[in-house]
Amino acid sequence: MNEAVAPLAAPAWPYPGRLFIVEGVDGSGKSTQLTLLSQWLRSEGFLVVYSEWNSSPIVRETTSRGKKRQLLTPLTFSLIHATDFADRVEREIVPSLKAGAIVLADRYMYTAFARDVARRVDPLWVRSLYRFAPPPTLAFYFRTPLEVALKRILSGRPKLKHYEAGMDLALHPDPSESYRIFQSRILVEYEKLVQEYGLHVMDAVLPVELQQRQLRETIQPLLADVARLQHATR
Amino acid sequence: MRPAETYGGSIPGLQLSELSGWLIVVEGTDGVGRTTHIDRLRAHLERSGYAVAETGLTRSDLASRGIRRAKMGNTLASTAYNLYYATDFADRLEHQIIPALRSGFVMLTDRYIYSLIVRAIARGADPEWIKQVYSFSLKPDAVFYLRIEVPELVPRVLANGGFDYWESGMDIPMGEDLFESFIRYQQRVITELDGLSREYEFHNLDATGDVDEISDDLCKRVTNLLRAGDSGSFGP
Repeated sequence: MNEAVAPLAAPAWPYPGRLFIVEGVDGSGKSTQLTLLSQWLRSEGFLVVYSEWNSSPIVRETTSRGKKRQLLTPLTFSLIHATDFADRVEREIVPSLKAGAIVLADRYMYTAFARDVARRVDPLWVRSLYRFAPPPTLAFYFRTPLEVALKRILSGRPKLKHYEAGMDLALHPDPSESYRIFQSRILVEYEKLVQEYGLHVMDAVLPVELQQRQLRETIQPLLADVARLQHATR
Repeated sequence: MRPAETYGGSIPGLQLSELSGWLIVVEGTDGVGRTTHIDRLRAHLERSGYAVAETGLTRSDLASRGIRRAKMGNTLASTAYNLYYATDFADRLEHQIIPALRSGFVMLTDRYIYSLIVRAIARGADPEWIKQVYSFSLKPDAVFYLRIEVPELVPRVLANGGFDYWESGMDIPMGEDLFESFIRYQQRVITELDGLSREYEFHNLDATGDVDEISDDLCKRVTNLLRAGDSGSFGP
């Protein structure tokens, strides 16, 4: 049945599961870290559910149509991503948390707060849009100097997509240059969010394995009473 | 004349002072004759020399197909539906309504954010939240609310092809069968619309009256409104 998620966040953490999320600009290495974390948690016998930004099957078609035909404005870009996210929250994230799973989300509402505001959407409005989302148990922000992130992305991937590069904002006619300006705006917004939401900052320039160790040490104490599967592969 | 305004929010990249047309909304439940009255109003205004454009719910280029598909399988949860409708609305606002107002058209809108707010509230959304979601939308020059009571609505809906699944709130559902659910759902919708009518100062029209009289009344009221502000109420 369509159960409405209470748009106002509940006062205390109401679920037996846990929600860990990673945030950061493209090229911050957050997805790599989340994948490694997921493998570890599974090997420890936890039930792990992985949720990716922009992946609701019902909404995805509209999003890609909007992107392909360049129909999206900052306003509809923001709304369609919120729609996608709401679908995942209601059908995937909240039910999994109720079932006692550890939900790992690659990007969460903070991505919208950074990206949409970089597109000059009203910061208060976009925050109110996402009021239905449960606040995560812990949110990691992979802080990356702009030049490092740009090098990782621009050296590996030759062609930037229209919206990805922020070309809809007419910042610069050259996609790489536009991407650079857009990403620097996003970084500025992320730094504000670190304060506002108490994001746990990771130094994304450190070696991968060292970051992973820090990540595991940080979440370990939060797993004390989380149920494990009976036949864990240890 | 008053300058164009939103309900508190903003639309990135839009200068409200660019807008010079009129935004006229016709609200009401299904079966009250909105289409008939909009057709007549349009013909009347065009005879008087006004350029008229029209839009209605889920008619966006961006999202209307996706919404239709999602409805077919009834696959989206309720907050996602509410935001999908908001996406559809925003697309029409930016690609249909605003360009028409920029060109000085009279934009006739078959339902607006109010119906969307009501359908969200009827499905359990927090009223403050859903109003905040729509705070980017433009305040219309006038909202005409074709009002009817449920007992009078029933025969009209039956004559027009019967009870619609969604217009009966069967996704919630609110009764044992389509008929019961329709009655309860529409009662809820009308109560909520009445509330919004007070809050947003709609012009209420009794939809049970004679069709010609209602339509003459509507044409007269809109004509007076347009004459009161020569170059449109939108704009400085």
